[in-house]
Amino acid sequence: MKRDPLARKGLLGRLPEAWRQPLAVVGGVVALAWLVVALAAPLLAPHDPLAQELPRLAPPGPGHWFGTDQLGRDILSRVLYGARVSIPLTLLLVVLSVLIGGLLGACAGYFGRWADETIMRVADLVFAFPTVILAMVVAAALGASLVNAVLAVLVVAWPAYARVTRGLVLGVREREFVLSGRLLGFSAWRSLRVDVLPNVTGPVLVLATLDIGTALLLLSGLSFLGLGAKPPSPEWGAMVAGGVEVFDSWWVATFPGLAILTVVLAFNFLGDTLRDALDPRTARAIKERAL
Amino acid sequence: MSAMTSAKEAADAAPRVRRGRGAHPLARFLFRRILTAVLLAWGITLVTFVLTNLVPGDPVTANLGQRALGDPAIVAQWRAEHGLDKPLWEQYALHLRGLVQGDFGVSQQSHRPVAEDLAQFVPATLELAGAAIAVSLVLGVAFGVVAALRRDRLPDHVLRVLSLIGISVPTFWLALVAFYVFFYRLQITPGSGRVDPALGEAPAVTGLQTVDALIAGQWDVFVSAVGHLITPALVLALYTIGLLTRFTRSAVLEVLGQDYVRAARAKGLPGRVILFRYVLRSALVPVITVAGLAFGSLLSGTVLVEAIFAWPGVGQYAYKSATTLDLPAVMGVGLVVGVVYLVINLIVDVLYGVIDPRVRLQ
Repeated sequence: MKRDPLARKGLLGRLPEAWRQPLAVVGGVVALAWLVVALAAPLLAPHDPLAQELPRLAPPGPGHWFGTDQLGRDILSRVLYGARVSIPLTLLLVVLSVLIGGLLGACAGYFGRWADETIMRVADLVFAFPTVILAMVVAAALGASLVNAVLAVLVVAWPAYARVTRGLVLGVREREFVLSGRLLGFSAWRSLRVDVLPNVTGPVLVLATLDIGTALLLLSGLSFLGLGAKPPSPEWGAMVAGGVEVFDSWWVATFPGLAILTVVLAFNFLGDTLRDALDPRTARAIKERAL
Repeated sequence: MSAMTSAKEAADAAPRVRRGRGAHPLARFLFRRILTAVLLAWGITLVTFVLTNLVPGDPVTANLGQRALGDPAIVAQWRAEHGLDKPLWEQYALHLRGLVQGDFGVSQQSHRPVAEDLAQFVPATLELAGAAIAVSLVLGVAFGVVAALRRDRLPDHVLRVLSLIGISVPTFWLALVAFYVFFYRLQITPGSGRVDPALGEAPAVTGLQTVDALIAGQWDVFVSAVGHLITPALVLALYTIGLLTRFTRSAVLEVLGQDYVRAARAKGLPGRVILFRYVLRSALVPVITVAGLAFGSLLSGTVLVEAIFAWPGVGQYAYKSATTLDLPAVMGVGLVVGVVYLVINLIVDVLYGVIDPRVRLQ
């Protein structure tokens, strides 16, 4: 009665369609595999990722299938352990951006006036910078560390959610079911949570899935620049940076780069399919054109 | 039916707007956009200033020697000279005055004014980014149109996967792989830098190597410059090609479903005429906006690409400044790139407003 029935059907009713898509299946399997790797890295890795116990810069071969780096560390083990550094941080980052951006965007859309003006002008300001540049400037100012790199990416990531949420909230704010809730004496917070939130989750979920890839690219990019993870941490971007120094030993940079690529690609496959399946505008347009 | 009512309402509203506010809608639109851009530019200076002052390190310890630090008189004098004894808002006013006069501070790394450094490096980056956006627009739009016209058939599926790969590849890694494969292994592309060092650079006029070589009539330099440009530009463009392919596809699909396209088809116009005169004309208008935004990701990408190809641009300067934590230089880059991006998006918005009158009335 209070919820928009279409919103619920839109989110859950169309999910099975999404899973019929091969891209989503591939993306889901790869993403799941990486999550398992992140959890089970100590069991899967043949060596200690930090131990400098193998011959230096050995090409891929038995005993060290991805080769070794300039300090004699096993690259396969480092790539596997790298999943424990990058994936949880990226997921945390996206969850935080959704929460911060979503909350601010909802306030801007729901309360309007000065809240809207203040929040959206700050968002505009962030959009006025190219993302890597702003993230780099913030990370450099805060000091080089992985935590500060995460903060820097957070600074550039939240406004997208604020914009989307604000737009969606503006769209439903004046609808009957929201107004009647308010007339029944709901508080602003309850009205947002019960009546508005279900109408916002679908598109924000799609955006978040697509954003996991972007966030990982940014975070590893900052580490590549030396503004994120510090050695000897097995962070993928920092490992690629290490490979630049010895670029004729191609395996040092290639495998961590492939790790980033496969994770980002998996989430982009998922996100792209979700967008097609959940975006009612696209779905309707496809049906109309099927005539 | 509803479309007709809303068109009628819009027709009623338009003269009222013009009568009420006086100025021509296009003039008002331009004024509003430029005012926003100026406000944003001011915001960018505020952001970089606040970030510089957030830094835990004290500029005094960074700039004075050990012995001078022991003498409170010298420290006080240095602080006074650099305006550090004044309240923060006054420091900001001084900073802003410096910026207007082209004073971006001194790089701790090159010991030269940041403005001089930037003036030297900006043209190389503009040349790289310009080449990349040109490639992205041509390929991205072409791929997007093909995907839309062959929707749900093999070319569409292949292009979908390719464009998703394009937006998923870490640029810095791709640059390294391309450099290793094409230069180091296959030796089919020239190495780092902008021209073959044996030829020497063309006399600087615009700072764009290809254009300068043409002006000087040095064909060998021009060929070398283009050769050096190809790999980094393609690496940089891959992400934006993917972006523009996806966007063009959906823009074209949206137009294909419109009534006037159906009408054109119904009256038997040839497919080529429908595509170019009816579909692309309106589908490509929003693509301009996305191309402006894509330019931002190109500027971001230069930071990650130029270092690998030893391209002497802002990106490499930013990379070096970031890794050595040379803050005045990093802030200078942030400021200049932010303003360049702002100007490009302003031009794009104005173009959009000129092409599509509906935008002006929002």
